[in-house]
Amino acid sequence: MTYTSSEPLNYLNHKTGLWSWLTSSDHKRIGLLYLYAITIFFCAAAILGLLMRIEKMAPGQTIMTAQTYNGMFTIHGIIMIFIVVIPGLAAVFGNIFLPIMIGARDVAFPKLNLFSWYIYIFGAILGLYSQFANGHSPDTGWTFYVPYSAEASSNVVIALTAAFVLGFSSILTGLNFIVTIHRMRAPGMTWFRMPLFPWSLYATAWIQILATPIIGITLLMVMAERLFHIGFFDPALGGDPVLYQHLFWIYSHPAVYVMILPAMGVVTEIFPTFSQKPVFGYVPIVFSSLAIALVGYFVWGHHMFTSGMSYESRWFFSLLTFIVAIPSAIKVFNWLSTMYGGSVDLKPPLLYAISFIFLFTIGGFTGLALGSLATNIQLHNTDFVVAHFHYIIFGGMGFGFFAGIHYWFPKIYGRMYNFKWAYISWGFLFTGFNLLYFPLFVIGIQGMPRRYFDYDPKFQTGEFLSTIGAFILIAGLAGMISNLVYHARKGPKAEANPWHGVTLEWQVPSPPPHENFDEIPVITHEPYLFDKPATK
Amino acid sequence: MSTNPHAHENLIDSDTGKMGMWLFLFTELFLFGGLFLVYAVMRTKYAADFHHAALELNAFVGATNTVALLFSSMTVAMSLTAIQQQKSGKAIGLIFITLLLAGVFMVNKYFEWGHKFSLHLYPGSDVMKTLPHGEIVFFGLYFMMTGLHAVHVLIGGILLTLVMFKIGSGKIRHDHFLMHENSALYWHLVDLIWIFIFPLLYLIT
Repeated sequence: MTYTSSEPLNYLNHKTGLWSWLTSSDHKRIGLLYLYAITIFFCAAAILGLLMRIEKMAPGQTIMTAQTYNGMFTIHGIIMIFIVVIPGLAAVFGNIFLPIMIGARDVAFPKLNLFSWYIYIFGAILGLYSQFANGHSPDTGWTFYVPYSAEASSNVVIALTAAFVLGFSSILTGLNFIVTIHRMRAPGMTWFRMPLFPWSLYATAWIQILATPIIGITLLMVMAERLFHIGFFDPALGGDPVLYQHLFWIYSHPAVYVMILPAMGVVTEIFPTFSQKPVFGYVPIVFSSLAIALVGYFVWGHHMFTSGMSYESRWFFSLLTFIVAIPSAIKVFNWLSTMYGGSVDLKPPLLYAISFIFLFTIGGFTGLALGSLATNIQLHNTDFVVAHFHYIIFGGMGFGFFAGIHYWFPKIYGRMYNFKWAYISWGFLFTGFNLLYFPLFVIGIQGMPRRYFDYDPKFQTGEFLSTIGAFILIAGLAGMISNLVYHARKGPKAEANPWHGVTLEWQVPSPPPHENFDEIPVITHEPYLFDKPATK
Repeated sequence: MSTNPHAHENLIDSDTGKMGMWLFLFTELFLFGGLFLVYAVMRTKYAADFHHAALELNAFVGATNTVALLFSSMTVAMSLTAIQQQKSGKAIGLIFITLLLAGVFMVNKYFEWGHKFSLHLYPGSDVMKTLPHGEIVFFGLYFMMTGLHAVHVLIGGILLTLVMFKIGSGKIRHDHFLMHENSALYWHLVDLIWIFIFPLLYLIT
């Protein structure tokens, strides 16, 4: 970044040069380091996704072999899940805004924070290496199910190590946030005066700490299985492959809430600001976040209804799955009620936040179809599942991320993006998204299995529409990213508080100074108090 | 809470530092928890085989190691008291004893593993393939649990060695001993996990 010397010092220009970034323990700079890394990996994996869609435009082989396709959906999954979405919102916006929103100068352990980023980068590079080393990209899918993952001749061990390392980074970030929230809140900021984005990060961090070690040990066991022929999961040696699935989902289902909870936190900040009205039901939102974190820990079995479980476990996991939908629905009602009667201002952040509700609700309802025992038998392992989790992960976490970046962009860079450009990109993204994933629900119900390279010609209409959607979606992404990248440097200067927000990050200059506050604020009231409805 | 953490750049306030350590120890417990879970499932499935395979383990060696670790936990706790009483020399001595006991543990472990290997009781060996399924799983768990635990003993040993040098150079003092305290906490965790591993593997026959 180049700034003229007349500008006041802030975290972007108080030191310059690449080295000052790579050694900075400033939480805002670390957040940006994550943002840039995640954006690069996201674009790479999105392009892999587009290539897969092109392959499936017509039945039979079009642009790649079946083995390449298997490698591609695996690496698409590994990058998107472990490198982009799980760190995602917490690592980027959590790092940049958690300390500011609770009135602290930094996180509790700034150096550990930088160290987490290096671990993350190391894991990400290992992940890429697994794709290219010796030309044997892993082809197990991101779930690494045994026995195949214990036998496949591809680079599974490297990919497992990458996931293990990335998990370690995730644990350290979660640990840092919990301690920060407990110990660093500004004077007067009681738990129930804390804004809701930090609350969602708090719930998320507990899941990261309590669930991630389980995947760590599970991946170590698969590695031991491959390297030393220890047979925890191999029936020929007395092991149990279904046990692997349990251990894997004990982590990987809560991981879904690691992805979605911070996104819920972001839109919870956006609705009050753009309605100029206090958030509806602050306390229920807090407790629904905690309830999601708690109940979400005990629903993993719903991934395994067809793998062989007792009837009792199946109905128990199904019941819990329905229960975990309740706190999510509470949040949806709270967001809608926050807008009701407010001065709603449909700026780009709110548009993305509303799209989040729409897409997340579709994803949530189809999740219930998968969570009921009878329909699950029909839908398991079909494209219906693919559509469902893309509506949750991309429609939920992805659009939540886009909402967040459009909301906080002027704060991060001190400049404003172009609104018209943002609206048009949103149009492409939203249309492309639905055209890409909705047909997959339909052909999934008709029986199209997921992860298949080829398909019966009767599915071609759906597959074709979906590919067209992928092109539109990529165009929208390109539009959105170029708008943001261009205006980060060339955009018009933004005021410190362009949206009339009331949380602490809007009370400091844009971009914020190096240590956020000249004087630590003293908090005397609840976070969402608007003086009067904004006049437009 | 309102103090500026950068005013004294390298000092994290000790309650904050300890809280971070306790959370990290939770994650360690969950890491081993995964193995204990697998153990529970497999032991239920193969109770008789586990009983038979555990006869191969020498409870005397295991008990010696347990005693060594318990004593080392005591000496590391005493070293922490010593540093608080400004007795640096005594603290260094006690940590040194802790490290010696860790050494005893590792040497014992080395001979124990070596003995298993000489009997061809290691995963993937010719002898192992002829054993019943439950015994294969038992030895798999034995190597995985004790192996991962030994890695933790090594890490703990390295941490305590660093602490020893820092006391020597005056960087850890009676009013500034967070790293000492956290390393001691870690060492207690290593001990605690062994206290569960020992009966589960050695005393079930």
